[in-house]
Amino acid sequence: MNDEKRWQIYGHVVMIILSVLAIVPFVLLIIASLTDEAVILAEGYSFFPSELSLEAYKYLWNMNDIITRAYGVTLFITAFGTVISLVITSLLAYPLSRKDLPYKNLFAFLVFFTLLFNGGLVPTYFVYTQVFDLKNTIWALIIPIILTNGFNVLLMRTFFKESVPDALIESARIDGAGEWRTLWSVVLPLATPIMATIGLFQAVIFWNDWMNGLVFLTDTRLYSLQVLLNRILEDIQFLRTADLGGQASDAMANLPSASIRMAIAAIGVIPMLIAYPFFQKYLKKGIALGGVKG
Amino acid sequence: MEQAIYEDKRTSKIDKEEKRTILVKRKRNLKKFMPLFIMMLPGLLYFLINNYLPMLGMVIAFKEINFTVGIIESDWVGFKNFEYLFSTKDAWIITRNTILYNVVFIILTMSISIGIAILLNEIKNKIFVQFYQSIILLPHLISFVIISYLVYSALSLDTGFMNNTVLPAIGEDRVSWYMEPQYWPYILTSVHLWKGIGFSTLIYFAAVIGISEEYYEAAKLDGASKFKQIFKITIPLITPVIILLTLLAIGRIFYADFGLFYQVPMNSGMLFDTTNVIDTYVFRGLLGLGDVSMATAAGVYQSIVGFILVLTANFIIRRVSKENALF
Repeated sequence: MNDEKRWQIYGHVVMIILSVLAIVPFVLLIIASLTDEAVILAEGYSFFPSELSLEAYKYLWNMNDIITRAYGVTLFITAFGTVISLVITSLLAYPLSRKDLPYKNLFAFLVFFTLLFNGGLVPTYFVYTQVFDLKNTIWALIIPIILTNGFNVLLMRTFFKESVPDALIESARIDGAGEWRTLWSVVLPLATPIMATIGLFQAVIFWNDWMNGLVFLTDTRLYSLQVLLNRILEDIQFLRTADLGGQASDAMANLPSASIRMAIAAIGVIPMLIAYPFFQKYLKKGIALGGVKG
Repeated sequence: MEQAIYEDKRTSKIDKEEKRTILVKRKRNLKKFMPLFIMMLPGLLYFLINNYLPMLGMVIAFKEINFTVGIIESDWVGFKNFEYLFSTKDAWIITRNTILYNVVFIILTMSISIGIAILLNEIKNKIFVQFYQSIILLPHLISFVIISYLVYSALSLDTGFMNNTVLPAIGEDRVSWYMEPQYWPYILTSVHLWKGIGFSTLIYFAAVIGISEEYYEAAKLDGASKFKQIFKITIPLITPVIILLTLLAIGRIFYADFGLFYQVPMNSGMLFDTTNVIDTYVFRGLLGLGDVSMATAAGVYQSIVGFILVLTANFIIRRVSKENALF
C-alpha cells in the first residue's frame, strides 16, 4: 500500500512538471504580447515585466482589415475543406468496405500505395501550377491537403467493416434502398465516431496549414492566418508595405515590433486554446483509434 | 497422349462457356455496382491528381529544367542531376542530418513516452489522468509557425528570455542562437519532444491500460516490487506496440518534419550545417534559393530510399507479428 502511494506521488510530480513545461511557452507568449515595447527592449521577453501595455493589441486593432481577412480565409478553408474531406473520404471508404465490390483489391491497393510512395514536393508543385492553374487561388490552400494520402480512407473503411454489419446493408437492399440511400441513412448514422475523429483531425490540419500558402501564394489577399503569421515572422517590414489605408501610416513610424510579433501569434493561438477543452475528448479517442495503425 | 488432347479441347470448350457466363455476370454486376463506382470517382480522381501524377512527374529529375521552353520540352540529361547532387557536400549533410535527427527522435520519444505512460497509469484518480493527458497533448495541436514564435521569444538575441534572464542569472554571456549551429541539435530535439511527446504517450498509455489487472495482483501476492512489475509485466506486454511504432518510425526515417527544420530555425542560413534536411533542401531548391534540378533529384532520392525503407520495415513487422503488418 505504501508503495502504491509513493508511486502515485511520483506520477503526480512528473505529470505536473510536464504539464507546466507544456503550458509555460504559451504563458510567456501572452505576457510578452501584453508587455510595453520599451520594457521588452530593455529587459527582454519576461514572465514578470515591469510594465504592461495593450499597445500591441491597439495597433493590431488598427490593421484589423488584414487580420479579419486572414481569419475569414482560415475559417473558410477549415469549414469548407473539412466538409469536402469527409464527403470524399466516406464516398471512397464505403464501397471499399463492401466485400462484394468488383476489383476491390485493385482499388484498395491504389489507395494504399499512396501511403508508401509519393512523388515529392517538386513534381506535386509542377502538377498544381503547370497542369492545373492553382497558383494564387484559394483552392491552393484546400486541394493539396483534402486527403494528402489514403490513410483516412483506410481508417474509415476499417471502421465501416467492423461497425456496420453486412446483414444491415443487405436488409436495406431488400427493402429497396439504393446504394446512395443505404450509405446516407444506414451506414453514416452508425459512423459518427469516425466522422468526428477524421473531421477533427482534418480541421486542425486546415487551420494550421501554412506550407501551401508559402508554396502557392504571392497574393497577400488570400493569406490565411497561419500564412500571415509566417510572413510577419519572416519580415516585420511586411506590416509597413501591406495596404493599411491612410490613417494607419502614422502608427507605422513607431511600430512596436517586439510586442506586436507576440500579439499576432497570440491572436493565432488563442482560438485554439479556447476551443481545445471542447474537443480534446474526441481527439484523445481518435488517437487511440487510429494511432497504432498510423 | 490423344486422350489428353481430347480432354484439353473439352475443358477449353467448357472454359469458353464459363467465361461467357462470367462475362455476362460481370456486365450485370458492373451495372449493379455502378453507384458504388460513381461514389469512388471523386476520391480516385483526387489520388490520380494529387498522388499519381506527381509520381510520373518524378521524371523531371532526369531533365535539365528550362523554364523558357517548359518542362516537357526540356532536355533529358540522364543521371546528371544525381551526379551533381552527390558530388556536393550538401547531399552528405542533408542525409546525415535527416537520419541522425530521426534516430535520436525515435529513441528519445519511445523511452520518454513509455516512462510517462507507465507513471500516468500509477495515478488512480481518473479526473487527474484525463486532465494531464489533455495538457500534454496541447502542443501537438499548435502549428510550427506559432511554435517558431514561441522559440523566438526564448532565443531572440536582443529580447529573448534566455539572453536576458536565464544566461545572466548563471553568469554566462549572451549567445547569438540563430547564428551558432552547434546548439541546434539540442534545440530542435527539445522542440520536437515538446510537441510530440503527448501524442506518443497517449498511444503507449492506451497499450498500458489494456493490460489486465490480474497480472499485477498476482505479482503483488508474490511480493514483486513496482520496478519488478514494470520490467517483468508492463514492458514485456507492450513490446508488440513498441516494436510496431518503432518500425513504422524507421520506415519514415528518410522524411524529416519540414515545419520543425524550416520554421523553428527561422530559415537561417548560418545554421544549415545542423538544420538542413532533405525536405528543407528540396523546398529551398524549388523556391529558387537553390538548384531546381538538384532539388528534384534529392526528392526522388528521398522517395525511393523511403519506399525501400517502408517495405523493409513492413517485411520485418510481418516476421514479428503478422496481424500488425500494413500489408
